[in-house]
Amino acid sequence: MNLLIRGGTVVGPDAVFRADVLVESGVIVGVGEGLSSANSTVVDATGCWVGPAFVDIHTHLREPGREAAETIESGARAAAIGGFGAVVAMPNTEPALDNVPVVSYVLAQGAKTPIDVAVAGAITMGRKGESLAPLAELAALGVRLFTDDGTGVQNPLVMRRALEYAGPLGIRLAQHCEDEHLANGGVMNEGVLSARLGLAGRSSVAEEIMVQRDIALVRLTGSRVHFLHLSTATSLAMVRAARAEGLDVTCEVAPHHFTLSEDACSTFDPQFKVHPPLRPESDRSALQAALASGDIDAVATDHAPHTPELKDLAFDEAPAGMLGLEHVAALTNEALGENPVALFHLLSRGPARVAQLRANDHRVGLSAHGGVVMVGEDANLVVFDPSATWTGDRATLHSRATNTPYHGRALVGQVRSTIVKGRLVVHEGALQ
Amino acid sequence: MNMRGANLLTLEGMSRDSLLDVLDTAESFFEVNQRTVKKVPALKGRVVASLFFEESTRTRLSFETAAKRLGADVVSLAVASSSVKKGESLRDTITTIDALGLDAVVLRHRSSGAALQVSRYVPHVRVINAGDGQHQHPTQGLLDAFTVRQILAERHGVTGSESGSSLFEGLRVLIVGDIRHSRVARSDIAAYSALGAEVRVAAPGTLLPNSLEGWPVTVAKDFDEALAWADVVGLLRLQHERGSGSYVPSLSEFTTTFGLTRARASLLKPEVIVMHPGPMNRGVEIDSLVADLPQSVITRQVANGVPVRMAVLYLSLAEKKEIA
Repeated sequence: MNLLIRGGTVVGPDAVFRADVLVESGVIVGVGEGLSSANSTVVDATGCWVGPAFVDIHTHLREPGREAAETIESGARAAAIGGFGAVVAMPNTEPALDNVPVVSYVLAQGAKTPIDVAVAGAITMGRKGESLAPLAELAALGVRLFTDDGTGVQNPLVMRRALEYAGPLGIRLAQHCEDEHLANGGVMNEGVLSARLGLAGRSSVAEEIMVQRDIALVRLTGSRVHFLHLSTATSLAMVRAARAEGLDVTCEVAPHHFTLSEDACSTFDPQFKVHPPLRPESDRSALQAALASGDIDAVATDHAPHTPELKDLAFDEAPAGMLGLEHVAALTNEALGENPVALFHLLSRGPARVAQLRANDHRVGLSAHGGVVMVGEDANLVVFDPSATWTGDRATLHSRATNTPYHGRALVGQVRSTIVKGRLVVHEGALQ
Repeated sequence: MNMRGANLLTLEGMSRDSLLDVLDTAESFFEVNQRTVKKVPALKGRVVASLFFEESTRTRLSFETAAKRLGADVVSLAVASSSVKKGESLRDTITTIDALGLDAVVLRHRSSGAALQVSRYVPHVRVINAGDGQHQHPTQGLLDAFTVRQILAERHGVTGSESGSSLFEGLRVLIVGDIRHSRVARSDIAAYSALGAEVRVAAPGTLLPNSLEGWPVTVAKDFDEALAWADVVGLLRLQHERGSGSYVPSLSEFTTTFGLTRARASLLKPEVIVMHPGPMNRGVEIDSLVADLPQSVITRQVANGVPVRMAVLYLSLAEKKEIA
């Protein structure tokens, strides 16, 4: 199938320019003004930004084990609607993604979806934080990112060994930064509000102490680490200092941490329960202000589907986590203001670099993501209308789950089309 | 926030006038409770469900007695001992029971915020919070304020309602013990301070909330001095069965440092009012003999629970606004 994306503004790594984009056989074959093609499907991109399809490096697809909340197939559909050409499936499934057969299963199921599904492997067996998972065997399957996400690796000696082992393999470890002893089972940010509400708090220091610890371990081992969903201004400052020192440290922020503050918890609505927790407004605004600073490598959703009955429990009993795939582009667009270069850095180029998805990997059928829109590149593209206004609605989500905190929220910016490997997966905002 | 026709979820933010409205109404029901026939038909034909997801003999009995004395039909479900287990959807439980045709739910739950959540699930039902986690226990705060006003009014030879809030002006209240985990403390502090009292708290560092910013209290620097300062001493149960014990080195050290021992009782003003929401850990937060001193009004608190809860149910239901 040939595609002609006409009338849009192409977003490059540093600047934007008006151009049409012609796609044939999964590859970009033309970029320029006034292109035409006799037998192409035309995608009208008037008023839209055209850039590399988004990449989410933090997606909980729940399969295997909790298919009632999400499957690889439903999660991939939600991702495509959100403008994603690739997602990285998190390993906290049941069983965990800590062995070759289960990882192979997820990759095989992912290959049946219209987008690219990469896998993050577990760092330790069963994500228990005790003994190392077969990192080399999984790396041989194409796994490039490893994490015990859901919890961090608590034992510093285990984390040190994992970093030492990972270094020569060329893979990157990603940490969920929260010291569980210090977090002590808390259910929201610890502070004035948690004390008033009588809810057990998770201190921001529980996050920051692990960021600091892992920076020290990266310095010690010469390895590299990626920090998942950083939620405080102090965490970002520590990462900035580590990078200035020359350490190979990357980080992401989740949309809920720069769009929502802990005040949302004051109605005890479990839709706002997440780990790390929503922080005070001062952290939220600091994260938003840092989005375009270059200190943040990626906006990553931490898309965490839960079945409705679990989110109908009391606040302290309900599971943590919220959906993100279908709203993140609009939320990031709004938070950035008119800044297409930063938007595509945070949602495509940065995350593709962190997860090493810049180059294609034919062994596992993954195409190249987060690149430049130019002739010869794999045709993974998104057409984003930065000025479309719409309203978040849990009833129209493509995810199996409905636990979005953005129900009823006014949104600015919407994905019009998602093109993956040259195929028009989402057209005019609808799955094809 | 006005109590009439409304839910009672928290005392935080309740105005002095609304608090006095409840206390004055409770006073009239207190008279009813002195009669041979203790019933008034104010809520005849109304259905009140008492839904306790957590064991509580005295609060449940108190509420159910209150509802029955108002002539309401009481549907009682002691969920803690029924088939409803941790993890059952709060929404399912409440909507099932609502199918019986409820006017009000009295809810006790181990989770903070449960009463507010339930009020969202059944907006046509009035919800009375009988204690939610570590958040609020509004009727305990109300009955504590009622008890203090009743005692002070007796001393001044006036009725409580005649005195309004005047007897709380400048009243020195000291709340002692596990403030951090206590819903009673949160409700008491809101009630006393709104009525005009000066509130201090005394506790080991680990049993104070992580932040007292915005709380209308000061932390007592010296417990013994604070005891001599106080007109009212409210003790709290150290919930060591829920792990609060691990916040202090030992129960005996807690008793040594923050228990109302016999030696400390000698520091108290002669006319002090000593309170405890029960059940007491005799020998931990309060010495057994001290608990039985005349200054200790613990059984009076229990007795006042009924008229105060009658007032809450009456105000919430008798003036219930019909939902369109």
